[in-house]
Amino acid sequence: MTLLDVQNLRVTFDTETGPVEAVRGVSFSLGRERLGIVGESGSGKTMTGRAVLRLIRPPGHILADRMVFDGQDLMGASEREMRALRGKRIGMIMQDPKYSLNPVMTVSDQLTEGLRRRDGLGRRDAEAKALAALNAVQIRDPARVMEAYPHELSGGMGQRVMIAMMLIPEPDLLIADEPTSALDVTVQAEVLSILDSLVRDRGMGLIFISHDLRLVARFCDRVVVMYKGRVVEELLASNLLAAQHPYTKGLLNCLPRIGGPRGPLPGLDRTGDWAQ
Amino acid sequence: MSLIEIENLSVTFRAKGRQVRAVEGVSFKVSKGESFGLVGESGSGKSTILRAICGMAPITEGTIRIDGSVLPTPRGARFATRVQMVFQDPYASLHPRHTIDRTLSEPLAIHGLGGSDARVVRALEQVGLPAAFRFRYPHQLSGGQRQRVAIARALMLEPKIVLLDEPTSALDASVQAEVLNLLNRLRADLGLTFLMVSHDLAVIDHMCDRILVMQHGRKVEEMARDDLANARMTTAYARSLFDASADRMLGDPSGTAP
Amino acid sequence: MTTLRSWLQDPSPTSRRQARLGQLWLAWLRIQRNRLAMAGLVIVTILVLVAAFAPWIAPYDPFVQDLGNRLKPPGTTGHWLGTDDFGRDILSRIIHGARITLYIIALVAVTAPVLGLLIGTVAGYFGGWIDAVLMRLTDIFLAFPRLILALALVAVLGPGIENAVLAIALTAWPPYARVARAETLTIRSSDYIEAIRLQGATAPRIILGHVVPMCLPSVIIRVTLDMAGVILIAAGLGFLGLGVQPPQPEWGLMISSGRKFLFEQWWVATMPGLAIFIVSLGFNLLGDGLRDVLDPKSAPK
Repeated sequence: MTLLDVQNLRVTFDTETGPVEAVRGVSFSLGRERLGIVGESGSGKTMTGRAVLRLIRPPGHILADRMVFDGQDLMGASEREMRALRGKRIGMIMQDPKYSLNPVMTVSDQLTEGLRRRDGLGRRDAEAKALAALNAVQIRDPARVMEAYPHELSGGMGQRVMIAMMLIPEPDLLIADEPTSALDVTVQAEVLSILDSLVRDRGMGLIFISHDLRLVARFCDRVVVMYKGRVVEELLASNLLAAQHPYTKGLLNCLPRIGGPRGPLPGLDRTGDWAQ
Repeated sequence: MSLIEIENLSVTFRAKGRQVRAVEGVSFKVSKGESFGLVGESGSGKSTILRAICGMAPITEGTIRIDGSVLPTPRGARFATRVQMVFQDPYASLHPRHTIDRTLSEPLAIHGLGGSDARVVRALEQVGLPAAFRFRYPHQLSGGQRQRVAIARALMLEPKIVLLDEPTSALDASVQAEVLNLLNRLRADLGLTFLMVSHDLAVIDHMCDRILVMQHGRKVEEMARDDLANARMTTAYARSLFDASADRMLGDPSGTAP
Repeated sequence: MTTLRSWLQDPSPTSRRQARLGQLWLAWLRIQRNRLAMAGLVIVTILVLVAAFAPWIAPYDPFVQDLGNRLKPPGTTGHWLGTDDFGRDILSRIIHGARITLYIIALVAVTAPVLGLLIGTVAGYFGGWIDAVLMRLTDIFLAFPRLILALALVAVLGPGIENAVLAIALTAWPPYARVARAETLTIRSSDYIEAIRLQGATAPRIILGHVVPMCLPSVIIRVTLDMAGVILIAAGLGFLGLGVQPPQPEWGLMISSGRKFLFEQWWVATMPGLAIFIVSLGFNLLGDGLRDVLDPKSAPK
């Protein structure tokens, strides 16, 4: 079943020196699965994720032949309808929780705000739900975290709070933009397993945006490889590390390996047809 | 004799009446021409050691010797010509309102060295940047190009020791490869000694001869490069770090973690 | 024209000057897209032009009295904005008054922000007791109501343009010092400052060459926005007879002299009032626009 269908998505920014296309005709569809979008910085992967939520500010604008989420046309939706979707049915996790959490509100206030305002829950019910969400992301001492301000949390803890906040409304689709790249490897593994169980147990769709091919290969079901705003390759994650496309192959080859040779690392040849 | 000798180093930060011991009793030695790696997760104190060497962190105990003599406090002008640092974030380490030319020629001006035009051009060439970049501003450069400028700046005063604080963790994989290759070439050409901090075992393995694993500000284990590649670590923590990086091993094309 | 433009937009400038002019050109392109800022810029430019060419533009001498033509209403042939109680042409007096206004603004703009910037960056960079001493001093100046302090100073020093400017400058610097200090606190812990410190740079070099350029945009924005206030204080001092002395055509002074016939001959006070209003508005619009252009936080990465 298709949850999200995107055809020929374009994101253009008007600058002083003329229009700049950040996304140039990207198409993909997503079921209740884990779709990885990988690429280097400037590949348009973040803009693609934001465009699905129509979170592109002027001077940027979005064009698409088709962008449908669960039967609802996202291109034709009013700003009011989009607001109802954002957070409620489509959640988004950013790379750095420092910029996504409100620094002057406690975790408890931030987690319960939506529940109390949108769903009209009482304080007690909302707090119970928030505690449950913190438990779901395996925070060991949820009662203490509830009373904390964002700056009192470590990076991993902040990211988990961010995920908990996105999970409370039980979205059908979660867009995670580099959710683990600010975290240590051991914490990273925990956060990934939380996301994994959400897809498996709740049937949520997940768009996992990352620059780390090895991580995406390990974690996702399908992978879209982007370069300069275009999709250069779409393949099963299990085939990613044996990819044949020169760009994907080049990206993999230039990574150093433990126990590998110490000579110069191979560079990435950007002269192929795909690189125009 | 060792070029860098760190003995029983402790760094304590004081914040809001609370004392945070960032580094506790760490000792190690780095020989001339060697490349030494510090590995650990965030909060392990690895970057704090680099800052302590530069005099940017409060040392509460222990000594740091360069070439056999204890470093003066404050570090002074002579220190700048012996030790330089490359920072993690190339977007934050270059002055946004100075041209590349100014960034590179300022160290020479500070130390009253002449011939700055020729030396700036040569420095750009040395790090593989075209001379046309000379009068650009940092925002006109990509992350990799900025990091090359930062490396060029660190080399302007011809230091013998370069401290590398996660120099590629903010860069794309292909750019990381280019920067790592550049650093290795410069080390060979100029006879530099590296003290490098990273959380990526594969990068450390590629760059360093010896490795010190740290956790919570303390030394966990020191090992040679071969010991890492052959998984000959003796402590549980070093092993867990190694296991978490299993997809970065050579000959693991499937990339599946255990 | 096209060659000049491509020279300015050259992504690889070949000299320091070309790089700097290229940056200015980009800023100009950005401010051009902001209509209100352009309106503000036009008003300020007109003020400067009027001040520069006052003797040629003004139809009459601002000082010559013509008692036969006193208090003529606006629209009278030859006196489009009317005449005052001495029969002097109000339009000519406003045009010449632009010179005095601009002179005051320029003097304040080169003194107060420079003083504030220096005190703020030094306090922020060094911290500790230097910061404490300088900031308490700033607090003391901030604690006095601005106009009262200016009044006291002028009362001691005697009335006149220069003393009025000195009084305004002495009361105007503390906000700049606060802005500069706040910015310096975040700048001083940034990597690029640590990098230059590691190169062995001395504190004056770091403050003047590295910290000040980063504080400059927000101070310039504040100066522009404050100009309206400076004009009003200058006018206020003039109105109270403590600033510019008659018969100089200072706008505040003109309002003061028109006060006596405000109800019968409203134009005598209203016309210079409108001039103050328009120029203040112009500076405010320009300041808002500059904030969009210069603020490093809103600049593209």
